[in-house]
Formats: sequence, C-alpha cells, structure tokens
Amino acid sequence: MTDLAMIHRSESAVSIELQTPDMTLNIGPQHPSTHGVLRLIAKVAGERVTDVEPVIGYMHRGYEKLSEVRTYAQITTLVNRIDWVAGFASEVPFIIGVEKLMGVEAPPRAQYIRMILTELARMASHLVFMSSYPLELGATTPLMYALREREYILELIEEVTGGRFHPNFNRVGGVKPVYGGGSMTKKWSLDLPEGFLQRARDAMDRMEQICDDIDTLVSDNELIKMRTVGIGVIPRDKALEYGLTGPNLRASGVAYDLRKVENLLPYDEIDFDIAVRQGGDCYDRYVLRIEEVRQSSRIVRQAVDQIPSGPLQTKVPRVLKAPRGQVYSRGENPKGEFGYHIVSEGARMPYRLKIRSTSFSNLSILPWILQDALIPDLVAIMGSLDFVLGDVDR
Amino acid sequence: MNFWLELIIKLVAILGFVLTGALVVIYAELKAGSHMQGRIGPYYAGVRWGWAQPLADGLKFLQKEDLSPTGADRTIYGLAPYVVMMSTIAVFVVIPFGPDMVGRDLDLGIYFILAISSLSVLGILMAGWSSANKYSLMGGLRAAAQLIAYELPLVLAAAAVVVQAGTMSMNGIVLAQSETWFTVAGIDVAMPFLLKGQIISFIIFMIAVVAELSRIPFDMPIAESELTMGYLTEYSGIRFTMFFLGEYASMIAFSAIAATLFLGGYAAPGVPDGLANLVGPGVMLLKIALLVFVIIWIRWTWPRLREDQLQRLAWFWLIPIALANIAVVAIFKVVF
Amino acid sequence: MSDKQIRFPFRGLWEGMWLTLKTMLKPAPVTMYPQVQEEPVPRARGVIALDVEACTVCMLCARECPDWCIYIEGHKEEQPPSKPGGRPRVRATLDRFDIDYSLCMYCGICVEVCPFDALFWTPEYEYSEPKITNLLHNMDKLTYWLGTVPDQPPLEKS
Ligand code: SF4
Ligand code: SF4
Repeated sequence: MTDLAMIHRSESAVSIELQTPDMTLNIGPQHPSTHGVLRLIAKVAGERVTDVEPVIGYMHRGYEKLSEVRTYAQITTLVNRIDWVAGFASEVPFIIGVEKLMGVEAPPRAQYIRMILTELARMASHLVFMSSYPLELGATTPLMYALREREYILELIEEVTGGRFHPNFNRVGGVKPVYGGGSMTKKWSLDLPEGFLQRARDAMDRMEQICDDIDTLVSDNELIKMRTVGIGVIPRDKALEYGLTGPNLRASGVAYDLRKVENLLPYDEIDFDIAVRQGGDCYDRYVLRIEEVRQSSRIVRQAVDQIPSGPLQTKVPRVLKAPRGQVYSRGENPKGEFGYHIVSEGARMPYRLKIRSTSFSNLSILPWILQDALIPDLVAIMGSLDFVLGDVDR
Repeated sequence: MNFWLELIIKLVAILGFVLTGALVVIYAELKAGSHMQGRIGPYYAGVRWGWAQPLADGLKFLQKEDLSPTGADRTIYGLAPYVVMMSTIAVFVVIPFGPDMVGRDLDLGIYFILAISSLSVLGILMAGWSSANKYSLMGGLRAAAQLIAYELPLVLAAAAVVVQAGTMSMNGIVLAQSETWFTVAGIDVAMPFLLKGQIISFIIFMIAVVAELSRIPFDMPIAESELTMGYLTEYSGIRFTMFFLGEYASMIAFSAIAATLFLGGYAAPGVPDGLANLVGPGVMLLKIALLVFVIIWIRWTWPRLREDQLQRLAWFWLIPIALANIAVVAIFKVVF
Repeated sequence: MSDKQIRFPFRGLWEGMWLTLKTMLKPAPVTMYPQVQEEPVPRARGVIALDVEACTVCMLCARECPDWCIYIEGHKEEQPPSKPGGRPRVRATLDRFDIDYSLCMYCGICVEVCPFDALFWTPEYEYSEPKITNLLHNMDKLTYWLGTVPDQPPLEKS
C-alpha cells in the first residue's frame, strides 16, 4: 500500500509526513477468534489487511515422533487426539491402514459400528462449527443451541465406546470386542448396548430439528447473509491448487468425497448424497456443513436399520506386528481428507508415521484468501475454513 | 426549598436510580440472555434466582487490580471512563418521570440530551487512544466513526418528534402526547407519537440507539471476536466497572428518551391528573423495561454487521429516510 | 434453506427473534449439577479401580500404558503350601500401585491388557483436586473405587 515510489514526486515532499506505515497487528496466539493458538502477523492499513502471515506450531505435540515409540494399539489413543472434535473419525483411517498392512479385514458388524460412530463424530464436529461460526460473526445464541444438541451425539458415542471425545474404540481387525483380557472380563462383550439403535434414531430426529433451528436462526438471517455471501470466495481452481479437501472443497463446486471414492467403510451400501455448492464463499461453506449433517443423519438412520449381526473383531495375533511395507490410507474426516502414511519395518511399532492432517492443508490457503480482506472478514473467512489447531500442529 | 438541599436530593436520587437501574438491567440481560440460550444463568448469588449476581460481579471487579499499560497516557486513560459515565448520568437530569419529577425541566431538553450524550464519544476515543494498544485504538476509531454516523439519524428522528410536538422540552413533549387527539363516543383519546404517524422515526431512533450503545448488531467497537474487546481491552478493575455500568446506564437513558419521545413518557391512559406524579414513574419504568428488553432480545439473537455496512446503513438509508420523514411531518404539521 | 425463494424482507431476522423468544419461555434443559447428579453411562471411562487380590504384579499394564503413568512395585512373598507337605508357594505382592491421573489418557489399554481381572473402569468422575499431585491415586484409593464398578449393561439384541 505505502509504496513510496508510487507517489508522484511533487506529492512525496508533502505527503512523506502524512504517509503512515502499515500497522502490524498480531492476531493471536491468544485471541478470541483463532480457535486456539494460531498467530497471524497481519499488516493492516486501517481496517484492510494488506498482508498476512500465519504462524503455526504453538500446539505442536509431536505425534508423528511419539508414534515411532508406541505400539499400534497405543497409537490409536494418540490419533484420536489430533482432531479432537471428531476423535473417532481420525481413528478409522489409521486402523484401516494397519489392517491393510497386516492383511486383515474387519467383520461387517464392526464396519457398520465404525461407520455409525464416524458419522456421529462428523455431526459433532459440524455442530461445533455451526456453533462457533456464528459466534465469530457476533451471534452468541447458536453456540448454545448447537452444543446442547451435540451433547446427545456425544452421549451416544460414550454409550458405546466409553469416551465422549476420545473413544479409542478401534482395534486392529474390528472394534474393541470385550471389556478386558482376564478370564472374567473377557465375557463382557462391548457390543452395542441395549436400546442404542432406538436412541440413535431419536437423536437423529433432534439433529434434523436443530438443523432447521440453526437455519432459522442463522442461515436465513439477513445479517449473516450480508456478512458472508460473496466473502472469501475460493474459486474452483484455487481450491484444487491449494489442495483443499472436505467441505471447503465441496463448497467450491467439486463433488469430491472420500466416502464415495475410497472404500474404507461400507458407504456403498448406503444411499446418501454428496452435498455440493457452487459459490465457494463463506455462506456456502457454512450452509454446506448443515447439509452434511442432514446427510449424515440419513446415513446413520440407514446404517442403524441395516446393521448386520456377527462378531466384532476378526482373529488377530495377540502381539500385533505389521509386516514390512508401507501403506497410505485416507478417509473423509469431517474437515476433509485425513491420511496416514504408515511405514513398517516389521516391528510392533511403525518405523515412521506421517499424518496428513486436514486442517493443516486447508490452512495453507490463508495467506492467499486473506489478501485485502477487512478485519471483520478475516475473522469470517478464518472461521469458515473450520480448522482445529490441534489438527494443524499435530 | 433551599436550592442546595434540593440539588443534593435530586443528585442522590438520580445517582441512585442510575446505579440500581444499571444493576437491574445487567441482571435482566444475564437472565433473559441465558434463558434465550436455553441456560439458567445466575443461580446461586443471593438466595433465589441469583439476583445478587450483578452486585457480586461488581464487587469482584472492584477488588481486581487496576492495571494500566506501560505505554498508556495515564491521565487520559484514567479519565476516560468517568467522561463516559458522566455523559450518561447527565442525560437523566432532564428526563421526566412525572409532571414534577424531573431533575430540571429545560426548555431545550431534547437538545441538551443529544448534546450531552454525544460527549461519550469523547470518552471512548480517549480510552482507545490512551490505552497504547492497537486493538484499543482500532476500537476507539471504529467507535468514533460509528457514534458520529449514528448521531445524525438519532437527531433527525428526534427532530421529527420535536416538529410534531412543537417544543423541545421533554415535559412538553409528554404533554403533547397526552393531549386529546380525537374524541370517540365521548371518550377523549390521546395517542403517543408512535401511533400518531411517527413509526418511521421510532424505528430509525431505535436503530440509532442500538448503534449508539455499541450493542449487537452494531458492536463493532468492542467486537470481541475481531478486536478482543476494542477500546475496553486494557481496562480492568474499577475503571472497567465504570464502562460497564455506563453502558447499561445509557441503555436505560436512551430507552427513557425513546419512551418519552415516542411512547408517551410517564403518561398513561386513564390516569387522573392528580395521580400522575405517583403513577408516572411506574408507567415510565414499564415503558423503559419494554424497550430495554427489546434491545436485550436483539443482542441475543442477531450477529453483528461489518463496519462499512454499518456506515452504509447510516448514510445511505437512515439519514435520507429520516430527512424525508421530517419533511413529511412538517408538511402535515403545517397543513393540518 | 430457501435462499432462492423471494422472501418477505427481514423475515429471517424476525423468525430468529421468535425462536429465541420461544426458547426463553421454555424451561432450560439444565441439570443442576451439585444437587442433581448426572448419571454417567455404565461404560463411561471415569476412573480405574484396582483389585489388589487379583493383581499378580505382572507389569503388563505398566508396560502397555501409552504414557507410562502406572507405577508398580512389588515383592515376592513366601506363602504356606496349599496342602500340608507341599512345596511353599511364592506369591507376588504389591507394594505400590499408583496411577497418575494427571497423565492418564483414559485410553483403557491397561484394563484391556490385564490378564487377571485386576483392573476395572468405573464411571465415577468426582475426583478433581486443587493440587495436581493429589491426582496420583495410590493403592488404597484405587481399591476404594472397586466398590463403584457397575454391572455390565444389557446388550442390543442382534
Ligand atoms: S487408561 Fe491408558 S493412560 Fe490411563 S493408566 Fe490406563 S493405559 Fe495408562
Ligand atoms: S496387568 Fe493386571 S495383574 Fe498385571 S500388574 Fe497390571 S493390574 Fe496387576
């Protein structure tokens, strides 16, 4: 902005006094709108951001390195802490990667349980988004409504797995079949508890209701539309260039969903649509996620109806050792593509685990998209990308 | 009565009213807001319903350390909250709660109010500038731009009422609304200005009031997701309390003005003249409560606008409409 | 989502306000926590209970714990033979069994690997402490939790 060379010579003498340098504004690492500890070094001219540099890493916990000294069973505990609002969804690609390495496959009932829980986790994550995004735009009430309903989802997850956020329910070859390893606790099966299917159906009714409520309160609100329609537009080609995935990509008009592409879970037996919107602006990214919650509830309803019976886990050796080799397995996390590159040297632990976390990749578009945004738009755009800092820094 | 004695009584009455009123409104906001969100809100402070929560909050703020940043301009920084508070309290001097229950019935009452209430901009700008914080500065600048932009529709909307009433005295405006407008079947009907064709001014006035109060949907100066807390970022302890109380006191003040201008002030249908001084305050408080509730309700439902949209709303919509409205009102006044 | 339809101007604003007003008039769905306790589900991983009698100090749990927050010490004890004339038995006895709940990730691996049914989950959750060191639960405390282990809930018929 303040390029002195651009100013006419005769003017520069006068206005060199009046020329104000751009102000550097440190947004974060502790700031109400950065969802944790993201820091943006923004150059602002008045309200307009001329340049922004995201600084990440404040929350780096070194999961990739930690995984090198932990067995596969222990890593499952770690990976559901990467994107904590959807813990179960990030467990699944990892465990399926290990299964691929070892050449086992989960029985159908386990796969269905995985699918139901993944979709519940997706709903929980999107509900967090539906609550936090209006908050960035100043509306405080959707937060409470969405979190209130999320409680029902978390309760369902807890009922089955025992954990609300960190289920740690996946085991190589299925889901956790029994309570413990002793002679007595081995008899206590961890199959779905009684009444779960009905409660899941009821919760889906609530989900559809809260989607309508949030539509009334937020999506149809003219002020929200004023703030988000046409703001932070990511065109289709830019979205592909920056490697966006998940809802952020689909809001730009690319119908790409790993649930349909990869065949990790039996999504092909379920009838659902990929939500796509064409605009690529903040409003589309927002509304698309509400639509995805509706689709997820459709998936859960069908999965609950047609869940097969059978064992929860296939036979696996007591000491899990993955044979030499490597695998890249990826799944559709609520936020986009979540992948694990597992390199095994044949030990109980992976030789190397590379985590392709969604938010980190989605965040890469920030400097481009925040160019010349206003500060209020900066908040609106950042929120609409829906990242979790734990997922960015790992 | 002795002049000084009267002055002291009035001062104490106004101060007491402002402070308790602010606490009550804070409580109402906490409670109404939380129930709108499906929460309970304050519950334990006091014995029932958490009625003592604002008091407890106030005590908590008072015992907190009064920080001021190293780079701050101490004098201005310290003075700013009192400037804001002062301008709010001064408004109450001319608001009538009954025919005789008014601090001082100035002939230019409404003019005085509009002049005094815009002083708070000064305080906010002082706070923003002296805090030596970039967020504060931006918040202060936003506040200045916003308050100045909305001062105009506020004045213009009030001017329409002044034109219709033919007086600037607050008491006069109330009296103008309790005059018989027409007679139906032997009953004299008096109407507040809201029903006498001032609905457009009322809406503009209320929008401008919400903007003047920097509340959602116009709370950009303190937009906490953007500017942390705007010009309040660095304040703590008693100075923050001052700002906080000031905000709610001015909510009452502006609601009182709106109630006087548009809803008939202390006048209520069917109250004999002799009782007006007794019933008046109650009626007035009810009307204030209604308006305050609407402001609270809006705050807990809507998101906030953007700075440029706010300016566009003021300059492109509110001010032209308000001007046209004055013209229409004036024509009616002259013709009928 | 009727963003394509022509709508009454500002209808969204009023509908939103109507929704918040309706919510305000409904009772709040709140559990008043200290007076009313929320019933956690039986499978909830609240705190780990230890059955000292069953534990054989095999150290499997301590080894498999992902952040190694179980501290075990034990010694071998000579016990009288079970039948007269038999060889004296050697039994491992616990001296120390601490779980540091400030480190625990509540993953459940320790419960899962224990081959002797010595560890159980219980859904108790009221053990927060003002001091972090107090989160180290020793043998007595862990044994105390044993009384709160729930029965297994019935399963969904499949
Ligand atoms: S639950 Fe997990 S982290 Fe906690 S003590 Fe057991 S194994 Fe260790
Ligand atoms: S695994 Fe079980 S038996 Fe072995 S030390 Fe741990 S608690 Fe004791």
